[in-house]
Amino acid sequence: MTYASPFYDKDHEEFRAQARRFVEKEISPNIEAWETAGSIPRELHQKAAEAGMLQVGFPERCGGIEVPDLFYGVVLTEELARSGSGGVIAGLMSHGIALPPICHVGSPELQARYARPVLEGRKIAALAITEPGGGSDVANLKTRAERDGDHYVVNGSKTFITSGMRADYLTCAVRTGGAGMGGVSLVVIEGDTPGLSRTPLDKMGWRCSDTATLYFDNCRVPVANLVGRENQGFMAIMLNFNQERIMLAAQAYAFAKVCYDEAMDYARSRETFGKALIRNQVIRHKLVDMRMRLEAVKANLDLVTWRVSNRQIPIAEVCMLKNFACTSLEWIANEAMQVFGGAGYLRGAKVERIYRETKVLTIGGGSLEIMKDLAAKQLGM
Amino acid sequence: MKALVSVKRAVDYNVRIQVKPDGSGVVTEGVKHSMNPFDEIAMEEAVRLKEKGKITEIIAITVGGAKNEETLRSALAFGADRAIHIKEEGEIQPLTAAKALAAAFKKEGAQVFFAGKQAIDDDANQTGQMVASLLDLPQATFASKVELDGNKATVTREVDAGLETLEVDLPAVITADLRLNEPRYLKLPDIMKAKKKPIDVQSFSSLGVTPGAGLKTTKTSAPPKRSKGIVVKTVDELVAALKGKGLL
Ligand SMILES: Cc1cc2nc3c(=O)[nH]c(=O)nc-3n(C[C@H](O)[C@H](O)[C@H](O)COP(=O)(O)OP(=O)(O)OC[C@H]3O[C@@H](n4cnc5c(N)ncnc54)[C@H](O)[C@@H]3O)c2cc1C
Repeated sequence: MTYASPFYDKDHEEFRAQARRFVEKEISPNIEAWETAGSIPRELHQKAAEAGMLQVGFPERCGGIEVPDLFYGVVLTEELARSGSGGVIAGLMSHGIALPPICHVGSPELQARYARPVLEGRKIAALAITEPGGGSDVANLKTRAERDGDHYVVNGSKTFITSGMRADYLTCAVRTGGAGMGGVSLVVIEGDTPGLSRTPLDKMGWRCSDTATLYFDNCRVPVANLVGRENQGFMAIMLNFNQERIMLAAQAYAFAKVCYDEAMDYARSRETFGKALIRNQVIRHKLVDMRMRLEAVKANLDLVTWRVSNRQIPIAEVCMLKNFACTSLEWIANEAMQVFGGAGYLRGAKVERIYRETKVLTIGGGSLEIMKDLAAKQLGM
Repeated sequence: MKALVSVKRAVDYNVRIQVKPDGSGVVTEGVKHSMNPFDEIAMEEAVRLKEKGKITEIIAITVGGAKNEETLRSALAFGADRAIHIKEEGEIQPLTAAKALAAAFKKEGAQVFFAGKQAIDDDANQTGQMVASLLDLPQATFASKVELDGNKATVTREVDAGLETLEVDLPAVITADLRLNEPRYLKLPDIMKAKKKPIDVQSFSSLGVTPGAGLKTTKTSAPPKRSKGIVVKTVDELVAALKGKGLL
């Protein structure tokens, strides 16, 4: 689907070509091995930095590559998704949620110390907000950070943390003040801090992304590691929500497109009852229904991406986009599996993995229900 | 030391080539094009030699229509310092292109002419050779390793019998083989910077080249479709099938 577009120009397409080559060479051939291993190698972060992939969209002062719009991020997500593995995006790009607070409101020292080495591919960063007690209700998180001289003493736990087993730096939401969102701060906790322990989580999908529960037992964290101001962490988290949700929608779109392409290829090559599957009207109609949803998601994605790139803050539209893209992916992945028949149910098929990985997108980064609630509020209901 | 690197715009290697129904050529309209992969390798080699301090200036050059500017921009993103666009629309005869490239090389007073060993569209494998003959320069084609030292180049080539090492005096023509290097990924800042680098537009007439008629393509046809395969169950069946086709 290359076509002239008001949103993508030659630079986007040149970047796409580079990203595609990177994914074909460095990622796609290794997915099965990484899925089995349960993580991606550190080396991949380094290679992705050398190829100029990790840095896209981050400020130059943090070692990033500044771009004029969010479409570069969408292009990168689309190309990474061609590998057919959501885990690789989650694991390789966990800094995409961990670093923005540091780059937006962190001190120059924090940016030099934590953002730069990650964007150089030498270190791994994770964002730790969700707790065993709950993820949707961020404002009521329980992990405490008590001030003790030049340090905070952190106690509590976090769960579902992407790259949590490997992360060198954790951007961590902690309670420094009273109840509610006004008592939440962000601090960077180094991976080798005494008192920090981690256990891996076994998951339905995203298997090559290491996900962990983290325990903090009297972890001493320098006050200098506070990201932005004390008790203003909630805002710092929120600042990145629109972008994160757009990228999750882009991921959903991109995986839906892989499902469609795979189903199309299969329908052309598979023969039943003496003719190609695609010669059956039922199958062609399935493909058109898939394509129709793809087109609608893409139109919605591009327009909302354009709005946010142009400094608008369409919160309700971003919420609805995320839900529309993710539920469309569920529908499309389901149809693709059906076109494949038994072959789609076998491990190793792209559609099989994508099907397993649809749910995480309607749960993470703001669940379906929470997105609807937020949209309703924003729309004045 | 100045190097001229010739880069050609060709149909992207991922595109499934289709022959036009009237047999007059292959479909190129609306089809993705990119820099000929062997030329990317030549570009990469020039940039590496510049990074090593062996080359001081890289000039990318192309012959072709307005759209070839994209190819030059890619070359500039790779690290060419400037570019020359010999802008001519329509079909270009290989010998005419070689004459134009040779004229530009002479005009620039460059020391090395780099190109891919062939372009993946026509697979003609002749441009480098023709440029060398036209200028009466030594040539080292199919390079898998290049070293520049003073006014000499030591080039390892892949030949049927193995590896052959040539020493050529500069100026010379060097064409790149697949294993010479692995081209880098172009980074966004370099892609953006490339837009500001100068492209000098030339033409056959400005270079004193008269396009001549040479080759005429009479017909293009698709290779015969592969007939349907058969599945054999045993080695005996396989052997029998091969014998039946007279292959054993
Ligand atoms: C693979 C994976 C990776 C993750 N990576 C990270 C990470 O890197 N960092 C991080 O901080 N978190 C991460 N998360 C956590 C994710 O953000 C949370 O799972 C999510 O926010 C939901 O929280 P929860 O799981 O605690 O569900 P809960 O908040 O317990 O909600 C359970 C269900 O109830 C619904 N619900 C909750 N409240 C309401 C309400 N008021 N009205 C209606 N419905 C409601 C929810 O939508 C959900 O369906 C990850 C999760 C997964 C699965």
